[in-house]
Amino acid sequence: MFKEIYIQLIKDKFAKIALIVLGVIYAALLFADFLAPYSKDFSDRTMSYVPPSKIYTIDENGRLSMPYTYNYIREFDAENLRITCRPDRSKKFYLKFFSHGHLVSVENGGRLFLLGSDINGRDVFSRLLFGGRISMTIGFLALLVLFPIGLLYGGISGYLGGKTDIVMMRFAEAVMSVPSFYLLIILASILPAGMTSVQRFMLIVIILALIGWAGFARVVRGMVLSVKNQEFVQAAKSIGASRLRIITKHILPQTTSFVIVAMTLSVPSYILSESGLSFLGLGIQQPDASWGNMLKEAQEYTNIIYRPWLLTPGFLIFIAVLSFNLIGDTIRDVLDPKNRD
Amino acid sequence: MQILLYIFKRILQTIPLLIIVSLISFFIIRLSPVDPLAELKLNPSVSKETLQRETERLGLDKPIIVQYAKWAKSFVRGDLGVTSNGEQVSAKLKERIPNTLLLTVVVIFLTWVTGVPLGIFAAVHWKSKRDRILTVLTSIGMAIPSFFFAVLLLIFAVKTGWFPVGGLTSSDFLEMSFAQKIWDVTHHLILPVAVLFTISLAGLQRQMRGNLLDVLDSDYVKFARAKGLSEFKVIYKHALRNAVNPMITLLGFEFASLLSGAALTEYVFQYPGLGRLILEAVLRSDINLVMASLMIGAVMLILGNLIADILLIITDPRIRRKEV
Repeated sequence: MFKEIYIQLIKDKFAKIALIVLGVIYAALLFADFLAPYSKDFSDRTMSYVPPSKIYTIDENGRLSMPYTYNYIREFDAENLRITCRPDRSKKFYLKFFSHGHLVSVENGGRLFLLGSDINGRDVFSRLLFGGRISMTIGFLALLVLFPIGLLYGGISGYLGGKTDIVMMRFAEAVMSVPSFYLLIILASILPAGMTSVQRFMLIVIILALIGWAGFARVVRGMVLSVKNQEFVQAAKSIGASRLRIITKHILPQTTSFVIVAMTLSVPSYILSESGLSFLGLGIQQPDASWGNMLKEAQEYTNIIYRPWLLTPGFLIFIAVLSFNLIGDTIRDVLDPKNRD
Repeated sequence: MQILLYIFKRILQTIPLLIIVSLISFFIIRLSPVDPLAELKLNPSVSKETLQRETERLGLDKPIIVQYAKWAKSFVRGDLGVTSNGEQVSAKLKERIPNTLLLTVVVIFLTWVTGVPLGIFAAVHWKSKRDRILTVLTSIGMAIPSFFFAVLLLIFAVKTGWFPVGGLTSSDFLEMSFAQKIWDVTHHLILPVAVLFTISLAGLQRQMRGNLLDVLDSDYVKFARAKGLSEFKVIYKHALRNAVNPMITLLGFEFASLLSGAALTEYVFQYPGLGRLILEAVLRSDINLVMASLMIGAVMLILGNLIADILLIITDPRIRRKEV
């Protein structure tokens, strides 16, 4: 089945582009330390809300030159009552390549903000890369937590049947009956303050898993019901295998390959949930970056109108989720038995 | 009569569901490290006696089971307690629920009116270029984070000045004539509706397309075609009726996802709905308000599913025969 999916993904034009896009994104995140001009915690408080640096390759005399950039000067515009930035053309700062373990950096005293800077004078481009590490992996991690819970829960419920099944499914339905985003923000808000960023990250993963397991367990239960009366199960029963063994060793493996694929289809929804949560300030906390919490600054009108570069994380979320969805569409087509012809 | 019996049975089934939901939410909130009286304790004008009374009312000095029983009893009676600002929770909810319902009902109506025809169109032109384009377009609609789209539309509104920013009514709403009021509300609704519409249209269109494709593959459609009926009659008279039935089940789910999706949209547009209320309550750790809005959210969701189920037995005779 996986081979078939792979062939279809390569054949479909949109899915192929999506695969390449995701490949580029993940590669960039993997090599973030190298690609980002600044470290995750770098900040220059005198440079807050600086627009993207312009890079010049032709100097003022019209001659070709090594790429260089200017620093920005922040000035208060008394007429419009706001701070404006203009390039300081008195001093050039040449770009340096492959120095100090960074792909691009700039001479001492210069600042290279490829996508501008935020309120604390942090480089948006670097933070996009480091934040992406969190945003793009949190979905997979949540699935990793949710996978065994849902599998076991659905397996037990479907195999035992009867009253156990009714009670277990009622409970799962009840979890699904709470609007998921309400539950999400409540769980996130009761997290105690003063955790380390790693602890917080892990707890958010667990919360995302707590939201999603019920729906998944129901799907597994349905599949278990369809295989539990087949001969190989009866054979296992007749040689005296325990119920837990039958469920985990005989029944669940029948469902896994389908389930793994089905689960990857839900990755984008976790990416969206995390970004929404962080956007509200309940997810990943400063100073850590995630695409969602970087967008938090876009909540202010002045920011979105005068500093559009702060919106870049939103476009990245969009591109990533779109790519996942396009790949998902192709996978769904392969899995759908009607489309086999 | 039989239908009524089924509906009654179905309503009874929701009661255990509600009890489990309330247990889950109660324990999540009470077992959290948040002190429900923190706000009151910090307020110097609140006397020791008031604090004592509030502790007794919530049963905070008793075991958690007793606390739950007390809370459940007052919830059933309609007494939801007071918010940390001293307002009645029930009054606050009464003010917000209609706004959220208005938003979701308008969105559901619009998505059905456009999503179903688009789904039919895609299924009829299956695997053609037009079908493919629609699939990609709906993928795009699904991929935009709702809050981000809302922010983008806000920029648009601020830059063009065509739309009011935030709220549901203008400041001079009370002095308007009836027609003006309707126009004012509509005007405020356009942007939030646009966000939710874009996001939920995709799912509906795909479901409709899938259903119709399933039905078009069935024997009776082949028979109708073999009989020499026109393609129009085959699709609109025979296939469509069966394809629409599963959509009604989806209605309940759509309602659920809209409630969730609306929270962020309401937040960005400062729309006075339930989602924003719960968000503000969570941020202020206003326990009574959080509990109540969580329950109301769940009740609305369960009701949505109930209505969908009832509609389904009315439209689909097969289910009636099976269930009753």
